[in-house]
Amino acid sequence: MTDENPNAGLAVSMSGLRRSYGDVHALDGLDLRLGPGELVALLGPSGCGKTTALRILAGLERQDAGTITVGGRDISGVPANKRDMGMVFQAYSLFPHLTVLDNVAFGLKLRGRSRKVRHARATAMLELVGLAQHRGRYANQLSGGQQQRVALARALAVEPAVLLLDEPLSALDAKVRVQLRDEIRRIQLDVGTTTLFVTHDQEEALAVADRVGVMNAGRLDQIATPAELYSAPATPFVGEFVGLSNRIPARVSGGVADVLGTPVPTLAGSAEGSGVALVRPESVSLVADDTGTATVLSVAFLGGLSRVTAALGDGTLVVAQLGNAEAQALAAGTRVRIVVDPIPVLVVATDG
Amino acid sequence: MTGSTTWRVLRWVLLLAFGLFFLLPLAALLDFSTKVPGTGERTGEAWRTLLDDPTLTEAITTSVLLALLTVVGMVVLLVPTMIWVRLRVPRASRLVEFLCLLPLTIPALVIVVGIKNVYAWVHYFMGDSALTLTFVYVVLVLPYAYRSLDAALSSIDAVTLAEAARSLGASWLTVIVRVITPNIWTGVLGAAFISVALVLGEYTVASLQNYETLPVVIVLLGKSDAPQSMALSLASILFAAVLLVLLSFLDRRRRTSGGK
Amino acid sequence: MRPGPVLGLLPFLVFIGIFLLVPTVTVVIGAFQGDDGGFSLDRVRALTEETPMRALRESLLLSLSSAAVGSVLGALLAYLVVTAPPTSVMRRAVTAVCGVLAQFGGVTLAFAWMATLGFGGLLTNLLADVLGRDDAGSAWLYELPGLVLVYTYFQIPLMVIVFLPALEGLRPQWREAAVNLGASTRQYWFQVALPLLRPAFLGSALLLFANAFAAYATAAALVSQGAPITPLLIRSALTSEIVLGQANFGYALALEMVVVVAIVMALYAWLLKRTSRWLS
Ligand SMILES: Nc1ncnc2c1ncn2[C@@H]1O[C@H](COP(=O)(O)OP(=O)(O)OP(=O)(O)O)[C@@H](O)[C@H]1O
Ligand SMILES: [Mg+2]
Repeated sequence: MTDENPNAGLAVSMSGLRRSYGDVHALDGLDLRLGPGELVALLGPSGCGKTTALRILAGLERQDAGTITVGGRDISGVPANKRDMGMVFQAYSLFPHLTVLDNVAFGLKLRGRSRKVRHARATAMLELVGLAQHRGRYANQLSGGQQQRVALARALAVEPAVLLLDEPLSALDAKVRVQLRDEIRRIQLDVGTTTLFVTHDQEEALAVADRVGVMNAGRLDQIATPAELYSAPATPFVGEFVGLSNRIPARVSGGVADVLGTPVPTLAGSAEGSGVALVRPESVSLVADDTGTATVLSVAFLGGLSRVTAALGDGTLVVAQLGNAEAQALAAGTRVRIVVDPIPVLVVATDG
Repeated sequence: MTGSTTWRVLRWVLLLAFGLFFLLPLAALLDFSTKVPGTGERTGEAWRTLLDDPTLTEAITTSVLLALLTVVGMVVLLVPTMIWVRLRVPRASRLVEFLCLLPLTIPALVIVVGIKNVYAWVHYFMGDSALTLTFVYVVLVLPYAYRSLDAALSSIDAVTLAEAARSLGASWLTVIVRVITPNIWTGVLGAAFISVALVLGEYTVASLQNYETLPVVIVLLGKSDAPQSMALSLASILFAAVLLVLLSFLDRRRRTSGGK
Repeated sequence: MRPGPVLGLLPFLVFIGIFLLVPTVTVVIGAFQGDDGGFSLDRVRALTEETPMRALRESLLLSLSSAAVGSVLGALLAYLVVTAPPTSVMRRAVTAVCGVLAQFGGVTLAFAWMATLGFGGLLTNLLADVLGRDDAGSAWLYELPGLVLVYTYFQIPLMVIVFLPALEGLRPQWREAAVNLGASTRQYWFQVALPLLRPAFLGSALLLFANAFAAYATAAALVSQGAPITPLLIRSALTSEIVLGQANFGYALALEMVVVVAIVMALYAWLLKRTSRWLS
């Protein structure tokens, strides 16, 4: 399929995008580049401008400043209906008066394709999302997950230059969400379309994306592969927003932090002097020890793992992620010693 | 950009045209009611003596009372029934809907033609009063009241509310009056709103049953004193408008205070 | 099945039975009764005589044209209203005024138009001044064209009220999805918005038709003598019961009205089923 699609794998670049609503700066100089065929997830707290960025890219909203290029061509002045971007919306957006097949074929009809071509292509797309047997149904006869699949097929049917997904899974229940996100990834790899996937679910972003961009107040804080983002956050915001972090008091000197007695290397951007180290729960182990400085407060069973919360003498809480067998031995009230793995951490200045 | 400018201009032109179409007859009423017939002179006579005629004030009282009674009758009859259908007899919902919307197919005029026998009994039991029109009026407002109430009921989960209240020990009466009704208040107000407008302007039944309500008196007056009947027409439209605007404010207050 | 909960519907059913169903049945029976009280088709057959036929034709014409004009203009006004921000004063004012004009209507509107276009009316005088003609041309207000105009005056507001929810239900995502797939504004309207609005539009137009067909007050106030349309013919039948033969003809006319409205409703249901399978 990849070689049939002339639009497969175009690079997208947004630079210096600004957009204000009154005195709200929804986008405040956003720079974002997507490589050909890449799937980038855009992650960020509510209201940080993700939807705005996507809608400006699609041409549904105008930017106040900044440029957008697709495949090297500046499309800032191109109207939305000529931009050739497939979009899947957060809310269900299937046309209720058309059947599933006609929904998927809608964009092709606008492009003047013959009925035969339309139906063949739409059917192929429906097969891709596994809904070919429902081609004659209407939107109100489909479940939420099925509707979003059809929306995906509809967006892909026109072989768009870029695929835009705005929290397409947020209205679905957890199980369908995981299933559909993996499916989206499979299809995206198959078709090879450059894709921007907006979500506020970090697990989702880390699971499907080639690279994840973290947005904060209208700007991009960091864009990196999921592993990099997780292990080496560039800013305190990213460190705290992505994944769960313990905030443990630490002293830094010469690029090495003293975290509860363990020397731990620090990441670029860390503070010197006294600060708070952001330590992942899986980097923390608890060892039962009557002379330990901490006390186990609670043990939460998470299925494959357990999460144990312990309190230091000064009341600081530390969360550790342990195997179930290890956790079993740690009843609430047990005295424990905290051991921190020497994996590089980000240290944030306390007086910041 | 130019498209949107053209559209903005066109939009205002169209709105202006609509405004003119709707305001012109009202302006004409004002004009006519302040003129001496035949000559072109201005006079406030028709307006000054508007409430001097006892037939008129009586008719106004009758119409307002009818509006009030109809709202009460509609609420007492329809609100509990519709809630009851939702809670306890959902299989009757189609029947109730059908019956409520029936007056759209069987208009007031048809009801008047066939109601002679029924009213013979009504008069036998309740005496011959214009207020007996309430019964027919409750039927006439059914379709509109039904829609308003149905929309409000659909927007809340009546069954869960009722189950919660029942599990806390509420009787069915309490559930209907104290739990569900306050939650569909906007729908009730909407229904009342339409009922008042409809009853204040109702002419068909009143005139053919020979009762002197406000619209009937306006028509009678039209034959003897045209300027005054025009003044009365304008006054009654304005009266209804003010009443409805007041009701809608009640609605809005309720909604904003409920939202916080 | 326990009878308990069903009993709660009794007051409603009894009330409807007495004040809606009994009159309707009375009309139906009355229409098929001879003057001696036995079964007879005389009254129904009398409907095909020239006067009632002409009244029916005029009534249909009046209802159709006022519903057509009213629904198109009303939909347009509703669109103008719906594209204004929901907080705008204009939007609130229009919906409030429409509520009054659509429901209150009747007699006062007839008078308003007499004051506008009747003898010595505001516009009549204005036109006379401008065109240099005298008042004589203004009798048309009391004939069919005049009725259409006056009916339109309450049909437009009614259309605004019943059609507004459908317009408000048009989701912005549909437009954006269409544009995103390459639709021009025109294509969006013709391939998405209009097909989506069609059922609501037809339904509203039908309501307007029924509303006009059954309207009595405006015409009665405007036309005090003669009976150009069916509702006014019923008035004649009711008020001149002394005239032999006319007596009880009202039943047949009333039945005719119900049947016409019922046919239109059935037609609509059928049309809806054929063109809008997606609604179910
Ligand atoms: N049409 C608009 N008018 C006014 N303000 C807007 C508009 N659209 C967005 N905003 C504001 O711009 C900011 C960014 O909005 P945006 O929808 O892009 O956030 P988001 O990151 O998508 O959030 P979420 O995760 O909640 O969807 C918000 O503060 C929002 O209130
Ligand atoms: Mg968003």
